[in-house]
Amino acid sequence: MNLSLLLFLPLLTAIGVLLSRNAQQVKTISLVGAVIQFVFAMILLFTYRAERIAGNTEQMLFTQRYEWFSPLNIQYFIGVDGISVAMIILTAFVVLAGVLVSWNIEKMTKEFYFLLILLSLGAYGFFISLDLFTLFFFLEIAVIPKYLLIGIWGSGKKEYSANKLALMLMGGSALVLVGLLGVYFMSGIHSFDLLKLSQVHIPLEIQKIFFPFMFIGFGVFTAIFPFHTWVPDGHSSAPTAGSMFLAGISMKLGGYGCLRVATYLMPEAAHYYSPVIIILASIAILYGAFATMMQTDLKYINAYSSVSHCGFVLLGIGMLTKIAITGAVMQMVSHGLMTALFFAVIGMIYERTHTRLVSQMGGLLKVMPFVCSVFFIVGLCSLGLPGFSGFVAEMTIFVGSWQNADAFYRIATIAACASIVVTAVYILRAIGQVAMGPMKDNGHAAEMIDARWNEKIAAGVLILGIVAIGMAPFWLNDLITPGAEIIMQKVAALK
Amino acid sequence: MLDATYIALIPLLPLASFVILGLFGRKYFKNFSGIIGTTSLFVSALLSLVTAYQYFFVSGKLDGVYQKIIALKYTWLQFSPNVSIDMGILLDPISVMMLVVVTFVSLMVHIYSLGYMKGEERFPTFYAFLALFTFSMLGLVVSSNIFQIYIFWELVGVSSYLLIGYYYDRPSAVAASKKAFIVTRFADLGFLIGILILSFYAGTLDFNTLIERLTNFESSQLKEIATASFLGISALTWGLVLVFIGGAGKSAMFPLHIWLPDAMEGPTPVSALIHAATMVVAGVYLVARLFPVFALSCPAALEVVAYVGVLSALLAALIACTQTDIKRVLAYSTMSQIGYMMFALGVSGYYGEDGTGYMASMFHLFTHAFFKALLFLGAGAVIHFVHTNEMTEMGGLRKYLPITHITFLIACLAIAGVPPFAGFFSKEEILVAAQHHNQLIYWIALITAGLTAFYMFRLYFSIFWNKEHHPHGEHHGEGPATMMIPLIILGIGAALAGFVPFNKLVTATGSILETEFHLNATTIMAVSVGLAGILIAMRLYKTQNDLPERISSSLKGLYRASYRKFYIDEIYLFVTKKIIFNLIGRPAAWIDRNIVDGFMNLLGSSSQTISEEISVMQSGRVQQYAAYFFAGAMGLALLFIYIWTK
Repeated sequence: MNLSLLLFLPLLTAIGVLLSRNAQQVKTISLVGAVIQFVFAMILLFTYRAERIAGNTEQMLFTQRYEWFSPLNIQYFIGVDGISVAMIILTAFVVLAGVLVSWNIEKMTKEFYFLLILLSLGAYGFFISLDLFTLFFFLEIAVIPKYLLIGIWGSGKKEYSANKLALMLMGGSALVLVGLLGVYFMSGIHSFDLLKLSQVHIPLEIQKIFFPFMFIGFGVFTAIFPFHTWVPDGHSSAPTAGSMFLAGISMKLGGYGCLRVATYLMPEAAHYYSPVIIILASIAILYGAFATMMQTDLKYINAYSSVSHCGFVLLGIGMLTKIAITGAVMQMVSHGLMTALFFAVIGMIYERTHTRLVSQMGGLLKVMPFVCSVFFIVGLCSLGLPGFSGFVAEMTIFVGSWQNADAFYRIATIAACASIVVTAVYILRAIGQVAMGPMKDNGHAAEMIDARWNEKIAAGVLILGIVAIGMAPFWLNDLITPGAEIIMQKVAALK
Repeated sequence: MLDATYIALIPLLPLASFVILGLFGRKYFKNFSGIIGTTSLFVSALLSLVTAYQYFFVSGKLDGVYQKIIALKYTWLQFSPNVSIDMGILLDPISVMMLVVVTFVSLMVHIYSLGYMKGEERFPTFYAFLALFTFSMLGLVVSSNIFQIYIFWELVGVSSYLLIGYYYDRPSAVAASKKAFIVTRFADLGFLIGILILSFYAGTLDFNTLIERLTNFESSQLKEIATASFLGISALTWGLVLVFIGGAGKSAMFPLHIWLPDAMEGPTPVSALIHAATMVVAGVYLVARLFPVFALSCPAALEVVAYVGVLSALLAALIACTQTDIKRVLAYSTMSQIGYMMFALGVSGYYGEDGTGYMASMFHLFTHAFFKALLFLGAGAVIHFVHTNEMTEMGGLRKYLPITHITFLIACLAIAGVPPFAGFFSKEEILVAAQHHNQLIYWIALITAGLTAFYMFRLYFSIFWNKEHHPHGEHHGEGPATMMIPLIILGIGAALAGFVPFNKLVTATGSILETEFHLNATTIMAVSVGLAGILIAMRLYKTQNDLPERISSSLKGLYRASYRKFYIDEIYLFVTKKIIFNLIGRPAAWIDRNIVDGFMNLLGSSSQTISEEISVMQSGRVQQYAAYFFAGAMGLALLFIYIWTK
């Protein structure tokens, strides 16, 4: 299994897009590329499983290592474990759906698709990197396209949003960089190699200094409170596929980094700061949910609800139990699929009603049953209905969190549980207003057609992912748990 | 021996019918969807009967005690070697009894809806949702794992939501569906935390192991959970009470009952199935499922169950006396009857004669399913005929609807506890159990029994007797056979279900409970209270007169309070609208936009201002640069001199 293909496939697609002559070619090439990536991700999943079942107990599989810049000991070092495989699959799903829903982009089609694919390249690279420098390199690759996607194809106050998002994420990466350099120099081995670094014991005093840099730096990406304010503005201005990539993939880069880099390399500091992480996560969960309740714009609703849902990721990591960490990764995958679907549906509705204000819609179920059924499904997934992925992830986090038998952790868990009620309130309000109730005429009745083929496939793909996790969570659990166990061994060794 | 494969088919057939109708119904089976749904359910019901026969009479017993048999078990989500969510089928007397009740009532409703919902535009969707509900409810009753029951618990909640909101273009239906989901979700929060507490200490999610560990006084788990405490109450009590809150939400117990009357916005067959016979008794079922833990290890939690139950029974009966929407009367009556089942569990013990309450509760659940489903379906037939829910616009319908009239009367007699109809036997047992345990509860229950008879016959006489309203529109008489057959079958059930020997079949311990039926003071009291209620209702409502008017105006305050449902809805509205939205939601959103984000913007704009200020220096004028250079050189020189000379 050659993992580098995960980088070459998007790269080839991107080159193909640049060389193509018209919009139709651009779209075809992108779609073919996305399908190939998707198939490749599936093959990766099954080979990975087969290797594990065959008894391969290496921590990372399919590794490749080349010198990149030897004076500084920078290598191109890639490999995957179950957690990375899960994230890669998530990326492949979202990319495929994102390419499909953007089918009707007319402005600068070539550039649009090029940037989308570049973004996916960055994400894949990030998830397979085992060298911190390459990891950081790909993190940056994933930021720039977002700036352009929002700035050029966005809506509303798009320049402001693009600036805000880019600056805040850049600020986050700056913090990450400080953390990385701290680890590089202070570990005493002058290496960016994640596996080597994990063997070294970094003194607690050093960890205490650099952990916050790294955790908050990555945390900005996953909307840690109070650095979440780019989320609502960024999402509301971004084009549909941009929002899908942003919430579905980019926000997960942060959670993955918090877990794989910050917590894994500096477990003692993670343990030390765990109350702080949990407080911030609980605030994000509840405060995000209450803030969502008051939103009137569909994109703002999903953006704030993303803040709340991503809080669960941080909560799971902060709880530092094997089950909670597994749950955090599940939540990343689940939220990625779900929120991408949510933004896709919002895009479909917006395209037809020309409004995103909930108060101006009503009874859409009558005219677009497919779109509204998807809206129901994604809403129910968001409020944690069994059978969909959100439930599985949240419950795993709750059960994992409850293992910490301390009043503080218990109260945080109960607070997080309480958010399921608030979530139900805002989701059902939105559904009730948009899909149900009497039909509202806003002058665009002629455009109120049901989903087109590309939208149907895009929604179908994402729903498939959500349901596959929700109905049969054991495969995802089996995939993630060993990876979570390795991280936990480092934490447990301290206790 | 019990064969697991066909038992698994009981829930899976409705699931299959949901998937098929949900995906393809609108396009391909527009007219056949009812037939498909009904057929699959018919097979399910048949299989349930076979299972019940096998379990109760062939292979369920070992040494005279009914066993808890795990027929099937798959690991769904493994948390740790000992803790996992399993999907399984647990057969014991209550789950087998519920299998029969659910599939039977669901089948009746499926058949009935063939006629009642005919011509609806979303006919396939309706059957898909019905099948989804039936699947979820069946999954719930056979749960072998406490998380499994929670999963199906949520699924029945959502099917209920979808069906209440079936007429989605009516704002009232949308509001009612939301309310039902959110109120029960709130209760489920308690359930979830309760599960977390119980399973954490018990170290398992499996029902049988959990119950065994938490009832064995030697086990370390029980000692730990009983000694761990929070706010002076033991973790065990917390866990059980929280789980009970979940049950109270689903079963519409006070003060979480507010969603049930509104849920009547759904189509009437749905009300019969979900909001009368099956889903709303899930809370009772949950308490019954964990009954050994309640009864043996934590009687304090059981007291809570008893008082909540009896209070709900009385309150709902009081409200039912003044409502005029016939479905709402039935909704409050459901709440009241479930209150009976709840407090029957609450007053029950575990072993021997003390276990009468448990048996009676399950018995009442069984008989109630028949007569309440019948009442709703009958009400549906009436509404189908007169096109209104208001009993003030009905009257004298016995001539037009003879079958509906007779079956409705049977159901009313059954619920009022008139011998030998079904409700008499089960209610009688409940009163006996209450009398043995707690006099206060017994007396409240007795008063409620009188009220029940009164409001049911108020309903009956107002619909079928009283002043004759000429139904408008065309006279189509009784509904089609598909609607009448379920009424007749359920009518037979409501008349005869009381003769099922529950004390031999469904008991707390699994062994036979020796109770002899003897005519004593309790029986006479119960029956005469019921008859009194009937007679008063007859005097007031059989023929048109101004007596009801005069009584209600003389009871002014009380009547109003009851009519306005004791203002509980208003209190909730105040709390949610005023407190949660205005004091939490709005400030949270405001703070986020203005303070948190304001700070970020401030950072941005201040750095911009600073750079603008500094950029003035980059003017491009050489003289200015020379001046800066000179000033800088001078400054440095001064600095060096200062350091040098120090």
